[in-house]
Amino acid sequence: MSEQRIWIRGGRILDPAAERDEPGDMLIEGGVIAAIGAQLDVRDAEAIDARGAWIAPGFVDLHTHLREPGQEYKEDIASGGRSAVAGGFVAVACMANTQPVNDDPAMTDYIIDRGKQESPARVYPIAAATHGLEGAVMTEMSALVDAGAVAFSDDGKTIMDAGVMRRVLEYSRIVGSPVITHGEDRHLVAGGVVNEGPISTRLGLPGNPAVAEEVLIVRDLMLAELTGAHLHIAHVSTKGAVAAIRQARDRGVHVTAEVTPHHLVLTDEAVLGYNTNAKVAPPLRSAADVLACRAGLVDGTIDAIATDHAPHAVHEKDLEFTEAPPGMIGFETAFPVVLDLVRGGELSPLELMRRLSTNPAKIFNLPGGSLAIGAPADVVVLDPEVRWTYDPAKGYSKSRNSPWAGQTLTGRAISTIVAGRLVYDVARGVLFP
Amino acid sequence: MTSQQPDSHPEYTASNGGRVVMDDVAIRRALMRIAHEILERCENLERLYLVAIPNGGVPLARQLAVNIKQIADVDVVVGILDTTLYRDDLKLKAERPLLRETEMPSAVDDRIVILVDDVLKTGRTIRAAMDALMDFGRPSSVQVVGLVDRGHRELPIKLDYVGKNVPTQPDEEVRMSGLAGDLDGALEVVVVPGRPESSGGKR
Amino acid sequence: MIGRDLLGIEDLDRAEIERILETAEHMREVGRRVVKKVPTLRGRTIVNLFFEASTRTKASFEIAGKRLSADVVNFSASSSSMKKSESILDTARTLEAMDPDAVVVRHAVAGVPKQIADVLAAPVINAGDGAHEHPTQALLDLLTVKLEKGRIDGLTVAIVGDILHSRVARSNIYAFGKMGAEVRICAPPSMIPAAIETLGVKAFTSLREAIDGVDVVMALRIQNERLSGTYLPSVREYSATYGIDREKLKFAKDDAIVMHPGPVNRGVELSHDLTDHRPSVILDQVRNGVAIRMAVLYLLSGRRQEGEPKLELETGEEK
Repeated sequence: MSEQRIWIRGGRILDPAAERDEPGDMLIEGGVIAAIGAQLDVRDAEAIDARGAWIAPGFVDLHTHLREPGQEYKEDIASGGRSAVAGGFVAVACMANTQPVNDDPAMTDYIIDRGKQESPARVYPIAAATHGLEGAVMTEMSALVDAGAVAFSDDGKTIMDAGVMRRVLEYSRIVGSPVITHGEDRHLVAGGVVNEGPISTRLGLPGNPAVAEEVLIVRDLMLAELTGAHLHIAHVSTKGAVAAIRQARDRGVHVTAEVTPHHLVLTDEAVLGYNTNAKVAPPLRSAADVLACRAGLVDGTIDAIATDHAPHAVHEKDLEFTEAPPGMIGFETAFPVVLDLVRGGELSPLELMRRLSTNPAKIFNLPGGSLAIGAPADVVVLDPEVRWTYDPAKGYSKSRNSPWAGQTLTGRAISTIVAGRLVYDVARGVLFP
Repeated sequence: MTSQQPDSHPEYTASNGGRVVMDDVAIRRALMRIAHEILERCENLERLYLVAIPNGGVPLARQLAVNIKQIADVDVVVGILDTTLYRDDLKLKAERPLLRETEMPSAVDDRIVILVDDVLKTGRTIRAAMDALMDFGRPSSVQVVGLVDRGHRELPIKLDYVGKNVPTQPDEEVRMSGLAGDLDGALEVVVVPGRPESSGGKR
Repeated sequence: MIGRDLLGIEDLDRAEIERILETAEHMREVGRRVVKKVPTLRGRTIVNLFFEASTRTKASFEIAGKRLSADVVNFSASSSSMKKSESILDTARTLEAMDPDAVVVRHAVAGVPKQIADVLAAPVINAGDGAHEHPTQALLDLLTVKLEKGRIDGLTVAIVGDILHSRVARSNIYAFGKMGAEVRICAPPSMIPAAIETLGVKAFTSLREAIDGVDVVMALRIQNERLSGTYLPSVREYSATYGIDREKLKFAKDDAIVMHPGPVNRGVELSHDLTDHRPSVILDQVRNGVAIRMAVLYLLSGRRQEGEPKLELETGEEK
């Protein structure tokens, strides 16, 4: 729908869908990718200098919290969308734990509408799996899909009744949408706020054991196997969960999985000093768990990276550790943080891009993740070398809860293009709407 | 009334770079003389209470008790009273000074308390000692023995018995050394040049 | 050490612990005088910020401050940020206006003293935070053992009880370890914290084995909530298996002493007779508590010099 002509010059083209990694220029016109080639000669276009930079499909985030409706003081669809494009994300799927809960088509409609008006990134609602997230009565999945919901989840309010979860998975086969599970057995978590281990012992805080995640994920994998539904595992964090998912896939279970940037890089040591910005659910785990998650992402056990962007106001995090709500914002730090896997040699740039855009789009059957000629131009230009200091107060999210606040990061999104329109440029900021 | 004796021994430089102003012999002589002076002035020997201010005052007070026993065959009680918690300069110091022993075997009520300290300068230590004494009870009188008086009073504190007057520069330090040993170990009083930012206790 | 926080024994080294113990021994003597008061902290303000109810520890800090002639102010704030309009950190910030020389904090959630110390210029003394640490308790326990046994190096100490939820246990594990003792912990399996051996202790579930040949047996208080059936089946079973009485004490050394941070659940952690008589030294612990708190207030209270940052780790050197 946009009339812009954009010429991206001199970058490294990374298209996982076409297995393409080579230097080149890109021309975007009429909302689609018009041409890719070495040294295109273009007139009358907005030129983006991509020398030393990567040109990749825009990122797709399968797990975010935009807090609208109901908690707009900490984020809304506008600010969330702006933060997303500033991080290179062209599309975000938002969870249903709003106020009121997104468990009916009218609410899904509302979110999509707001997304179209206010957000530079595309917004795809994830509807609740059960009414009110109460874990008892399933939602009207057909109607919700018709309204635009792309998946179903009760997220943090894990469905503890295995019988209910079975029925939810079975029913979801009507629409074929993924059912996303947040793997935490509430009774094993038992009020734990930090990974159970030497750190929780030292800090004297109640521990949340790895087994709380493993038990629940194994349960859901077996139910997925029984029902044939598409189970998607949110924010994998433990070695045991990675192993269970790997075995299930080998058995042919229709399971996909995501991991957050923070679970790939931070251990429970980040909580030392009682830093509430490092309090997250599932909690940051041990070094062995982090290594297992990285290996799982590399070998394909885990398909995608998703931020679980979870804004909370300063006054909410400025509380006793047990009272502060878990979660961290993540759009604007995701790329530099996960670049660690490329720096460490575990993933090539192309493989990293696959896990940030191509795979997520594929799993949820969303458009994107490709730089094919004629495809809608959802493109991100990334500088993998630039060093910058992250100040959340200068970011686009309304909230500031990030453990990387004040740190120097390497790598950044420098331009984001959605449907052929330049919506973000690091020098000028968010440009649209 | 202070009494002074000219010191008949010449002063000489000590190995640690200081100037010895009283050697062991001079100290012993002074303590004997002071013991006599105390006995001369004090009528009720049974009410005498020697209270040493650590660390320097302790061996001095003990030697005085030995001397008094020798001269008058009277056992004088010796107490030790640390004044650190009563100092007036704690707010100014960067660190809290170490506390020292306090042992007061007898009550001070109605006693003739004789405070014993090694070196007197500003008078603040004696002021602190008197405040501490008052918390212990009500002495009938308080007198002060100082082995060395180096002047530079900042408070109206007088010495009743002096070993030796030693004029000094304000920034010089005057210390009694040999305190690690017992009474039989040699003591000496040494003047050392001051350090630029001396936070040594104001005495 | 002026101006520095005391958040836990984990942050102290042996030299600093010895300094505090030495100072406390002198403070004990003040407690034996007729006038139990010295003017050392006259005019200073010490604030007791207790978010968790406590009579003993609060009274102990209050007496300690008053013996040093300080003005002690008691703030009894409600227990949780969620239950009132002002968060605990906002409450702490308003204290700045009072320019306190020391703030003593107790809270049911671990980490609160550290969070408060991060926003206050005044030194913060942790009087117990959740299951994390209770440094003055461990220091008074050290002092008690030192005075009883003449030393701490080479002794064996057994801590028995709900280690998982105990800040007294953690602080004592650090304290006795740093002073050269061998520390053992003994609890039912559900009450042994994860990876506790990484703190340098041996863990036992058998009381008999744990106290075999030890010099000190420290019993911890069991809270009623734990006895309701989730961690332990019943009071009766706990006291039969882990309660200390004279019979069981025979496995320890003949001259072993028995300690307890108080208050004692008579008949549960300790038999009635052990609670009140030797070899239990519980009353000495309380007495030493005032001395330790006087020492800590003496050493820490006061502002750092203008422009100096509040350091976490620093050894005070006597000039």
